[in-house]
Amino acid sequence: MNPMAELSLVETILVSSFLTIGAAFTLVGAFGLMRLQNFYARVHSPTLGTTVGTVCIATASMIYFTIIGTRLAVHELVAIAFVTVSTPVGLIILVRAALFREGSGSGRASSSPEGR
Amino acid sequence: MNVILVWSIIAAQTMLGLAMACATFRMLVGPRAQDRVVGFDCLYVTAMLMMLTIGIRSGNTLYYEAALIIALLGFVSTVALAKFLLRGEVIE
Repeated sequence: MNPMAELSLVETILVSSFLTIGAAFTLVGAFGLMRLQNFYARVHSPTLGTTVGTVCIATASMIYFTIIGTRLAVHELVAIAFVTVSTPVGLIILVRAALFREGSGSGRASSSPEGR
Repeated sequence: MNVILVWSIIAAQTMLGLAMACATFRMLVGPRAQDRVVGFDCLYVTAMLMMLTIGIRSGNTLYYEAALIIALLGFVSTVALAKFLLRGEVIE
């Protein structure tokens, strides 16, 4: 069922290191999301997972399926391109929403009067 | 040598699971609504990476398409939530 028997040592080490590095970067980004102090510091941290983590894990998947399928499998490039393009778009709109919410005084950010 | 690959997949899935736990913490605890949306964004990207890792583990190409669907729907959800926070309604 599991066709892992066809990989040589070099290919195994390549796939394993890409997987582990990508997962470690994603973990660091999510840990920063949990521990950083204010919103604008928190919003930049998960992009470590969406850039380096996605590229590394999708590259590992590409290498693995190219080897076990004995033909070129590059369909993970679609996932890389989509995540790399879509994450900044969503975060820009989100940060604009956060600026709007803090500026318009919804919640406890209403220390400044309506002069803003 | 397959032992190396199996254990690295287990380590990668453990780290991705911890990352999903961190994102879930921020999504549940986050002091304001935009923090929760950022936590949700990190959560779906990590779930997509977890899907790719499960695909490598099982040797099945089907998981890639599930990962792509998670990425698409997550992006649409993030933009819809941010639009809701910005305007008060999604479709004007």
